[in-house]
Amino acid sequence: MSSFNQIRAILSQKTIGIAGAGGLGSNCAVSLLRSGVGKLIIADFDVVSDANLNRQFYFHDQIGERKVDALRDNLLRICPFASLQMHNIKVTPQNISLLFSTCDVVVEAFDLAEQKQMLIEYMLTNHPEIPLVAASGLAGWGGTEMLRIQRSGSLYICGDESSEVSDENPPLAPKVNIVSNLQADTVLGILLGDKQ
Amino acid sequence: MLNNREEQFDAQTLTVAQIMEIKSFTFRMLVVRLNDTLIKKEDYSTASVKDGDDLKIIHLVSGG
Repeated sequence: MSSFNQIRAILSQKTIGIAGAGGLGSNCAVSLLRSGVGKLIIADFDVVSDANLNRQFYFHDQIGERKVDALRDNLLRICPFASLQMHNIKVTPQNISLLFSTCDVVVEAFDLAEQKQMLIEYMLTNHPEIPLVAASGLAGWGGTEMLRIQRSGSLYICGDESSEVSDENPPLAPKVNIVSNLQADTVLGILLGDKQ
Repeated sequence: MLNNREEQFDAQTLTVAQIMEIKSFTFRMLVVRLNDTLIKKEDYSTASVKDGDDLKIIHLVSGG
């Protein structure tokens, strides 16, 4: 068993990269910060919109702000001393190494499957030593007993791998939060060792 | 082993593409790992899976 101070002492030395600051990334960042992770590197090119507020860690008065700016403000309200590196940039194969090669763990927090695949393939090919925690399958509600974590080497996939987001099956706060926190908990497991 | 489950196929060796067809995996976006090595899309039809191999076919669906 470890006390929270012992846990925080370990986590404070760690850097986590988060690719995307939407439903997965913003909520995962909050949990990692609250747990005591020392430094977060977060990249996203989007701005906060009204439609984001059903699941993402933003507020109504932040609509129109760049997500990386709004998220920095929100995270600093939780921990004013947090070390945050925010990048208002679209993550592409040209900048992944530059952004994330110093990270202890990287979290895939994109919306589109194509983007997820791009990051996963790039990381597995170029940085197989860095654990990558991705998400797939979190739309709608119910079926949370289907949510799981699949591991293959340094790749972890959180979600049900089947419920795809669409107009008829939108992402909703509870399941998005569950999966983003499954990701955060998986990161802690990697950094602290699997179980208590 | 396919996705952590023991699976038997008739042939000795099959390509990743053949296994996907047999199991009717139809998702557009996949990550395929054979013994923890990434298999890219263009190699699905040439990468062969032998008895005892550990194959993982992970579905990527949008949402985040």
